[in-house]
Order: sequence, then structure tokens, then C-alpha cells
Amino acid sequence: MTVLKKLLKNPLSLIGVVLLVAFVFVAALAPILAPPPRPTEPYRIPRSGFKIEPQAPSVEHPFGTTEGQYDIYYAMIWGTRTALRIGLIVTGISLLIGVTVGSLAAMSGGWLDEILMRVVDIFMAFPFIVAAMVLATLLGKGLDKAMIAMVTFGWMGYARLIRGDILAVREKEFVSAAQAIGARPFRILVRHILPNCIYPVFVQATMQIGSMVIWASTLSFLGVGAPEGYADWGQVISFSRNWIISSGPNPFEYWYTLVFPAGALVLFVLSWNLVGDALRDILDPRLRHGT
Amino acid sequence: MISYIARRVVLLPVVLLGLSFMIFLMMQFLSPTQRLTAFVSDPTKLRGEAPEALIEMYGLNDSLLVQYSRWLNNILHGNLGYSTTVSLPVTQAIATYFPATLELVLFSIVPVIFGGIMMGSLAACRHNRLIDHIVRILAITGWSLPTFVAGLLALAVFYGLLNWFPPGRVSTWALPIIHEMHRYTGIYTIDAILNGQFRLLLDVLRHLVAPVATVSFVSWALILRITRSSMLETLRQDYITTARSKGLTERTVVRRHARRNALIPVITASGLLMASMVGGQVVVETVFNYKGIGWWATQAATQFDFPAIIGFALFNAVMLVTVNLIVDILYVVADPRIRLS
Repeated sequence: MTVLKKLLKNPLSLIGVVLLVAFVFVAALAPILAPPPRPTEPYRIPRSGFKIEPQAPSVEHPFGTTEGQYDIYYAMIWGTRTALRIGLIVTGISLLIGVTVGSLAAMSGGWLDEILMRVVDIFMAFPFIVAAMVLATLLGKGLDKAMIAMVTFGWMGYARLIRGDILAVREKEFVSAAQAIGARPFRILVRHILPNCIYPVFVQATMQIGSMVIWASTLSFLGVGAPEGYADWGQVISFSRNWIISSGPNPFEYWYTLVFPAGALVLFVLSWNLVGDALRDILDPRLRHGT
Repeated sequence: MISYIARRVVLLPVVLLGLSFMIFLMMQFLSPTQRLTAFVSDPTKLRGEAPEALIEMYGLNDSLLVQYSRWLNNILHGNLGYSTTVSLPVTQAIATYFPATLELVLFSIVPVIFGGIMMGSLAACRHNRLIDHIVRILAITGWSLPTFVAGLLALAVFYGLLNWFPPGRVSTWALPIIHEMHRYTGIYTIDAILNGQFRLLLDVLRHLVAPVATVSFVSWALILRITRSSMLETLRQDYITTARSKGLTERTVVRRHARRNALIPVITASGLLMASMVGGQVVVETVFNYKGIGWWATQAATQFDFPAIIGFALFNAVMLVTVNLIVDILYVVADPRIRLS
């Protein structure tokens, strides 16, 4: 049975896949679902006026407007693109760096291995969010800076994982066989070793995509990520901070400033986590049989 | 075991040196004028000096290694510059704000770790029953919910709707009391007890509930999942069957035989979690306007207060490395298999 079939059989991962497909559709159809008023700058959320107080959902603004009259619906649609872009790019580059460093360390061994792994230790000696926040600030803030900061402190897990797996696979007979027929180390790595140990790393990466989007939105929320008015869920949620507690008779008067963007963010992360969790169960040979 | 601990302690300065060098390299993204701020602890002495002269004076155009050793020397003498956001030298700002963060972390540890272990082992013992499903749903929601969203929801419900737990660290009426009383530790709950201010103690506790609940909810997922899977694995071992066949009650089997062994991976995870909690408080403190070190760092980040950000990074690195060392030593003490090998 193929991986995809198994993914669709389990109800939890089915929900994950369906959500994920929906998000990809929204991202792809963003120009139709929410036509940008300025086609050259689609990620700038249009605002109707400069009034501070958020406006409730209406025909013109289906999800209402947040502080400063930014349209929440538009922010959510284009924010899906931002989230996918952040998740895929940050995870992809981190994965690439991690696999390269990890393979280099495992294949070379000796002092190079020692040095590379100590560098990994040092990078890991920071709490991720602290390191990313500090580096993004020093780089000068902005979404691209936040992404660079997240890649800088996001690759070490993959390096450790792939190194351990390569060290285990390297001792197998088929590697000795490849060496015996004169294959060069690079070829052995790419053709024989990596295909046998890359799956756990991919599973890890799937689970990380959701986390990376959380961290990116957290950085935006803290004020070092996406700038004000950029279609990013975390940035839009940060506006709701001043409005979730209303002094009026209804404490949840401005509920839409939080519920819509936060709902999109949580569902997005949940979908990746569900898919990643199921992938792990499917691809991990120890879990394949039995439980 | 002693040689292991000794080796770790000897390696500590090496790790710290590596960390400080990395922070120093990150600083190189700043212009010399911006880096200048990290050297000035008393801004009043600056009036009238041209920045170029100061850059020359502090040698900010020298070679990288020369600059690094000078910077390190400065840090070792406790000179980390001046934080403009709170108008205090960085070392003093850390001393002022860290007790608040420590208080929050200390109060969060108990519900996070013990709550996580209790729920995780309960779920494992009732595998695939209702309670197991509830616990798993709790874990996956906590895992998918960003801390700041959980915090905002807690704020909306507990403060906006119910008005039980207000944000901040203390109420306004309590500020003069805090100002007048003797602050032994900076941890308000302890200080309030030492000063016999029980009304203040209640107020501080009331302000701690919502942030602690938020931290617990989002941190449970990790401990819960590890405890659950580790317990499930342990319960399948032969010696558990033996214990059951001896006629021991299920309670004894779980408590004395299974849980003790199942907790070993949990210790590692708890250590990592605790160490990252100090940094993780950045979000919670910002959401609840709780004036700890994370709140200060966020303020500094949004206002381009570079000395504060660098001081915060250094402080976190030192904290994390130290806590990791303690956890590793505890780990060796707890697991005889590691102790003897």
C-alpha cells in the first residue's frame, strides 16, 4: 500500500491532508479570492480609512477590519501564501544545510566530525525563539530577516538526525559492497546511504513546517517579523492584543480580530502536525507492525 | 561519575567562549556606531563626543579578534552597556527583571512537569480508552496552539469575561507596598511572605495564574507525549508481567515498577523544557505585560536597543548551558546504568 493511501485511510491524517489541500488552494487562488487593489504589492493589506477602532464583519469586509482598518479577510487569504512560503522555504533550506553538514560530519569522521558537532552544540545552546529574535533584531527586522534568523538556528536538528542515521547505515554490508566495487564516497553517500536514512529526516521536516510558521508568526507578534500592514497572520493577530478586552458591555465585542486569523494559523499548523504524525507512524519500521 | 562531572565542569568555559564568540559574530551585522552602544554603560558621559572619535577610542575598526577580546574583557568586568528602553545599565536591568521571570518559571515547573507526568501515565494505563483520547486531544491542541494565541485567549476569558486574573505582575495599589518593603529576593511571593504582606501575596499569586496556565497548556504536550509512549513501552516489558503475576496490585505495579523506569526519558525532556522556558517566557510575558526579562527583551527588540538584546542573548546562553549541566548531572545520578558505565 502506498504512503498516500495509508494517509487517506486514517481519519486524523485524512483531516490533515484535506486541510492542507484546502490551504494550498486558497494560496493558489489568492488573486481571485481577494484581488489586490495594488497588483504590484499584493502582500500589502488594503485599508479603508485610518480609524483605530476595528469594524465588525460586513458585506464589504466579510471578516471585519482590525485596528487601523486593515481588512481581515484579505489578510487571511494572502497570509496563507505567506505561511506556506515561510514554512516551505525555512524548512527546505534548514533541511538542506542540516543534511549537508550532517553527512559531511558522518562521512569524514575524525576532527572534522568533532568540530562540526561542537558547532552544532553551540548553535543549539540557545532557546530557538531567543536566538531567532536576537538575530532578526540585529539584522534589522522584517520578514526576510526573520526567515534568515530561523534558518540560522533551525538546521541543527536535521544535522544530528542524519549523522546518527548515516553512522548506523555506513556499517551495513551493501556499503562495503559498494566500496569493494570501487564507488567513490560521494556516490556511496548519495546513491546508497542517503536513500536508506532520509525518511526520518523528511518526517521531522514535515512536523517542523507547522512549528516554523508558529515561530514566524510569533516573531511578527513580538514586532521583529513582518512589518505592519503585511499579510501575515501573526502580524494581524498582534493588532488584536489591544482589542480582545473591551470596556463596553460585551467583553468579546472585537472577537473577529483574534478568532479569524488565529483560527487560520492553528488549523494550518494542525494540518501539518497531523500529516507529520501519521507519516511518522507509516514510515517508521518499528511502528509499522504491532501496535 | 565524578570524573564525568569534572569533565563537564571543565568544558563549561569552552562552551561559553564559543557562545560568546557566536554572539559577537552576530553583532557584526551592526554598524560600528550601533556597536558603540554596547560599550557605553553611562550615557551621560557621552555628551559632546563625536561618534567617530568614540569609534576610534573603542577601536571598533580594529581586527575582529582584537575587538572580540576587548569585548569579552568588558563583559567579564560586568560592563554590558546601557539599555535605553528601561534607562538602566544592562547588568542592572537583568538583575531587576530576572527575578520576575524566575518566579514565573518556578511556578510553572510544578504543573507542567508533574501534571504532564500524571496525565501521561494515566493515559498509558487506560490505553485507547476515553481518558487516553482526551489526553491525546489535549496534547495535540496544546502543540498546535501558538503560545501567544493561547495567552490572548486566556486573557480574553479570565480577564475580559470573568475579570478574575488581570494582566501585569501586581495591581496598582500594591506598588507602594512593594516600593517600601524590603526586597530580599525580587521574587514577590517570597518577599511578601518574608515581610508578612499577605494581601500582597494573594495579589501576586492572582497575577500568576493566567500566565502559568498558558505556559502549562502549551508545554504539556511534550512531557505528556513522552511519558505516555515511554509508559506504554515499559508496561509491555516482561518484568511488569512478572510483577503482576506475583499478585501485586495494579497500583503498585504502575507506581513502583513501571513509572520509575518510564520516567528516565522524561527527565531529559523536562531538563530541556526547563532550560528553554526562561527564553520561552518572552512570549508569555509580552502577552500578559508581565515585567520580566522576556518583556524587557521584546521592548528592546522593537526599539532597537542593541545592548539590551545582546545582554539578553548572553544571559540566556549562560543560563541554558548551566541548567543543561545540572540536568545532565541529575540524569547520571538518576540512572544507575549511566552511572556505572
